[in-house]
Amino acid sequence: MGDPAGPRRPYRNVARWIEKTGIDLLNMRREEAEAIFRRIGITFAVYGEGGDPERLIPFDMIPRIFSAAEWRRVSAGVKQRARALNAFLYDIYHRGEIMRAGIIPEHLVYRNEAFLPEMIGVEPPGRVYSHIVGVDIVRTDAEDFLVLEDNCRTPSGVSYMLENREIMMRMFPDLFSRAKVEPVDTYPDELKKSLAEVAPPACKGDPCIALLTPGPFNSAYYEHSYLADLMGIELVEPGDLFVDEGKVWMRTTRGPQQVDVIYRRIDDDYIDPLAFRPDSMLGVQGLFNAYRAGNVTLCSAPGAGIADDKAIYIFVPDMVRFYLGEEPILKNVQTWRCALQDDCAHVLDNLKDLVVKEVHGSGGYGMLVGPKATKEERKAYAERIKADPDNFIAQPTLNLSTSPTMGDEGLSGRHVDFRPYCLVGAETRLVPGGLTRVALKKGSLVVNSSQGGGVKDTWVLSE
Amino acid sequence: MEHRIRHLSTYSYDPAALRVALRLKLFPVDHEGQQVESWKVTVNDEEVSPLVFSDLGDREALWSSEDALDQLTITAEGIVSTRETNGIVRGMPGFAPPGIYIRETELTEPDEAIRALMGEATGDDTLSRLHALMGLIHERVKYLTGSTSARTTAADALKDGKGVCQDHAQLFIAAARTAEVPARYVTGYLQMEEETEELLETHAWAEAHVDGIGWVGFDPSHNLCPTERYVRLCSGLDAFGASPIRGNVLGETKESLEVSVAIGQSQQ
Repeated sequence: MGDPAGPRRPYRNVARWIEKTGIDLLNMRREEAEAIFRRIGITFAVYGEGGDPERLIPFDMIPRIFSAAEWRRVSAGVKQRARALNAFLYDIYHRGEIMRAGIIPEHLVYRNEAFLPEMIGVEPPGRVYSHIVGVDIVRTDAEDFLVLEDNCRTPSGVSYMLENREIMMRMFPDLFSRAKVEPVDTYPDELKKSLAEVAPPACKGDPCIALLTPGPFNSAYYEHSYLADLMGIELVEPGDLFVDEGKVWMRTTRGPQQVDVIYRRIDDDYIDPLAFRPDSMLGVQGLFNAYRAGNVTLCSAPGAGIADDKAIYIFVPDMVRFYLGEEPILKNVQTWRCALQDDCAHVLDNLKDLVVKEVHGSGGYGMLVGPKATKEERKAYAERIKADPDNFIAQPTLNLSTSPTMGDEGLSGRHVDFRPYCLVGAETRLVPGGLTRVALKKGSLVVNSSQGGGVKDTWVLSE
Repeated sequence: MEHRIRHLSTYSYDPAALRVALRLKLFPVDHEGQQVESWKVTVNDEEVSPLVFSDLGDREALWSSEDALDQLTITAEGIVSTRETNGIVRGMPGFAPPGIYIRETELTEPDEAIRALMGEATGDDTLSRLHALMGLIHERVKYLTGSTSARTTAADALKDGKGVCQDHAQLFIAAARTAEVPARYVTGYLQMEEETEELLETHAWAEAHVDGIGWVGFDPSHNLCPTERYVRLCSGLDAFGASPIRGNVLGETKESLEVSVAIGQSQQ
């Protein structure tokens, strides 16, 4: 919130509402909200942590609010980034101009695990590779928004954006009659529109779109079924699909139906045992060749993941300049690459002030938060860095903005980040909202749901 | 030289496989040293045509069974004419940048011994270093049929000092890449000099990208650059990537495979 003199302008309406409602009542309502979440089953399984796999992500009832002006900036910046990332993907799977120009070293791309040589020369419809770009944004002062990382494969969490709003509207209808909040419930329609726009050129009429899930044991299965339901498309598992004559078919009670667009929530490695991991039990045999033949569109395109690789991240502002000829609206967080000798030395010397991450890691696992770590932990981590410096990057611990959050003893500021979901089809679209994650532990900077984070509704106020 | 080729692969399943899906890279493509005169691929007598051309340089086809199968016969046959190019491969379709062939794979991950081997391969320029490397591999890794498997890595082959053409090619690739020389694995056919017709499996060798020349073939098993006796079928980052046949079998079944390649000079 920043200003100790009182809530920032966009929050005033809500501040008055909190005051009027009273903390006790709000605490009671929080329990109600949790009960609703449990009933509808929106829980989030966490890999590698043990404990309750159906743990609920705590929901905080105080919304995180963007003014219309703030949103204009965020929105323009996110769309710009999404366009640049897709241009980058097209380029590296074709002529590689950005490497020829000496902006990104060739080996960072061609040797990257997330780079798929098999995608060389493939022309995805509309030249779109990442159809849903989740951009993780933080704020460190009143002026700037910084991007922590991009998510170009299958960013999850959008169901929370929709559910959080629904719960808020259900529980506090009068709050929405006072504040002019932009709606987010258009997201499923916009997503469907974007997916339809990238149907194979050969597809005439309404494309058949399906959401491919690994199945009910996947931690995000709820989201898969929820989104498929809202879009009115089929939710399919690998066994429901097959490839024949180079086309993809879905088994239905009325016989096979050709599928034109697949919104897949299965990783590259697993989508086709004939093209990638031969031991994959989640794949559809021949899917990749059907895709390459232009008979089906996969969203996201195989190989899109390289654009969100942490080693590539530092070049995104350069991509904006190189491909779009624009200045980046959103800045990157300063990042040191341990692959570079000088950077690595700096990181090792300043471990206690830095956050160190694995280049290919995700979800907050395997990272070191310097200031919170013990001397021993830092020492052990330093050894890991020295053993494989290429695998690590480091960033300063940021003075992250806080947002008012409910605690047992009342309201207090907690660190937040924000993930909007940018849709890329023939057009680039961004629903005014996203997922605000909040570090519920006082002083904590880690907002990942797997590490004790919670979520909030996110409001974008109308003009 | 004109080659008449018949490449037969017979898979048997006991009990029958419920469903078999195949990806085939069994279609040679033209380049300056090679021209495909006629070619036909069948699976259980059903003709299969390529579905896609990959810019990595291969044409690929899919095939799948709708019914249970106890036997699968894949035949690739035709006539390919070749001419001597001193191992140089030019005029291949596809525009894959050579830079991607610096990429390591599980089978070609270099260890200290491989780096040292490349260090020993000295010469005035890249080309002569690669020739030296070919000679070193030929000398250090004895050709011994059946001594390794499809999972043997380049590092293991060097350590054990024995292998087959697959191991030679992978070792060459792994070593060349440590010197930042792009290298790829090639699967193909070889007409032996001694006999007019020889029954054998497919052959394998390596290609390295040399600045100013382009792709050049190296066959460490025979310590020579491919001649007009070599017919190029497909390529990849390693032996696995250059498998002409990849299959996915549904059902609890035991698979056995018999391969034969007949290659002879066609009647002129």
